[in-house]
Amino acid sequence: MGPLVNEPGAAVSIRDLTIAYERHPALHHISGRFGAGSLTAIVGPNGAGKSTLVKAIAGTLRPNGGSIDRGSAETRGIAYLPQQSEIERSFPITVLDTVLLGHWRRIGWRRGVTQELEEAAQAALAKVGLGHFEARPISTLSAGQFQRVLFARLMLQDAPLILLDEPFTALDTRTTRDLLALVGAWQREGRTVIAVLHDYEQVRTHFPETLLLARELVAWGPTETVMTAEKLAAARDMAEAWDEAAHPCARAGAAA
Amino acid sequence: MILYDWLVQPFVEFGFMRRALVGAVALGLGSGPIGTFLVLRRMSLMGDAMSHAVLPGAAIGFLLGGLSLPAMSLGGLVAGLTVALLSGLVTRLTPLREDAAFAAFYLISLALGVLIVSTHGSNVDLLHVLFGTILAVDDPALLLVAGIATVTLFALALVYRPLVLECFDPGFLRSVGVGGGSIHALFLTLVVLNLVAGFQALGTLMAVGLMMLPAAAARFWAREIWSLAAVSSGLAALAGYVGLLVSYHADLPSGPAIILTAGVLYLISVGLGRRDSIRTRYFVKSHLAA
Repeated sequence: MGPLVNEPGAAVSIRDLTIAYERHPALHHISGRFGAGSLTAIVGPNGAGKSTLVKAIAGTLRPNGGSIDRGSAETRGIAYLPQQSEIERSFPITVLDTVLLGHWRRIGWRRGVTQELEEAAQAALAKVGLGHFEARPISTLSAGQFQRVLFARLMLQDAPLILLDEPFTALDTRTTRDLLALVGAWQREGRTVIAVLHDYEQVRTHFPETLLLARELVAWGPTETVMTAEKLAAARDMAEAWDEAAHPCARAGAAA
Repeated sequence: MILYDWLVQPFVEFGFMRRALVGAVALGLGSGPIGTFLVLRRMSLMGDAMSHAVLPGAAIGFLLGGLSLPAMSLGGLVAGLTVALLSGLVTRLTPLREDAAFAAFYLISLALGVLIVSTHGSNVDLLHVLFGTILAVDDPALLLVAGIATVTLFALALVYRPLVLECFDPGFLRSVGVGGGSIHALFLTLVVLNLVAGFQALGTLMAVGLMMLPAAAARFWAREIWSLAAVSSGLAALAGYVGLLVSYHADLPSGPAIILTAGVLYLISVGLGRRDSIRTRYFVKSHLAA
């Protein structure tokens, strides 16, 4: 995958975003902007709406209020890596075929895979450290190897905007280090990368920007100004339980 | 030449045996891949549910047109698609899961079908709708089965990639902007079509047997999707051939004979198959060095 020479990564603008489950907001009036080519970690306690936000940006969840502008990613595509649960790991498909699906925008429903596309897939596999795994069925891979396969598929998608939902959960140190290096390389190629993370050390070391979430937006900006003890404590104190007796939100533009 | 008399002669001598054999092979060609995808999607029992759902339609067709293939097929098709559509709607509009929605609608449909048949027809008619008669397959029926197999294979070729992706990683399919819902709906339509193809020959309850048993058995022989589909089509054809012979020589009803043969093939596969069978899991001792 060559770097994006002419076009910068996509900027994502969020305006007054609210998303509710059974009318209780999981995200409440969030506004802000992911800069073009930025590398941002989304951090917050369980139930803070991190995955919800990523799904909304990916376009798989419809907002109850507000809007999201995905810039050039609207037409050039979004590469989205959800939490693993939805993938059928016992499915009879090879590593190479899985990675080739990353070419979807080029091959679609029925176009054949050319020599060139297959070589790109082989190169991506080599880059994630799975050089000779192409013929293996995915059911024989370990969790770490499988996550490497998914990263190879992400690379082929060649998207200006990359969304990762807890990409390093349950991975060993070495796999995490290798995949983090890829994430850094994507940013240097000019792509916009947004990742949901739990490891604060990782965030401080590798992610220049941080968005701290607790259903409401707690803080958003350079990591060193966001990941402070007071702000993290504020996010932790957020009430996790729904208020069954909550009144309809009265804030301007509330649609939920 | 005893072997010839046993294995070939019946088909050379009798036109109805030849038509039955061709019908079974055609059924296998369509049902094999469909059954394979049902197994892969963990929807093995969905085929069973759909086969029950087809019953009232076939029964209404039977009442209106007698033992007429077009009337019964059309009725079965409409009933099956209605159940699929209503279950799909309930799954989309409410949190009820698809299997529960299907169970509800196929039970309603089945009860309706039994009610219609028992108030308006004799028990012999009910048996016919339930169990079919492959030996009575005539040319129009053969054309219908072959036509459905053809449509099935072309449709699968067209949607193969998104269909595979919808089974394997539906989230990725959504993220590249393809709605999984339409692919799923098309697939269910193919399931209903193949059950309708099967019920003239095998009856509504038995048709699903030629779809699921070979597909489940193929799991113990093949690993890729294409080879799973090919093996299940082959096993279905084999079950048709052996089942017809058994039914001919032992003077048994043909539908159950074919499905029981498929069942025997399934049991053999579970026990002795090349992959993950009981034999390879528990009786092969040595392991490789790396």
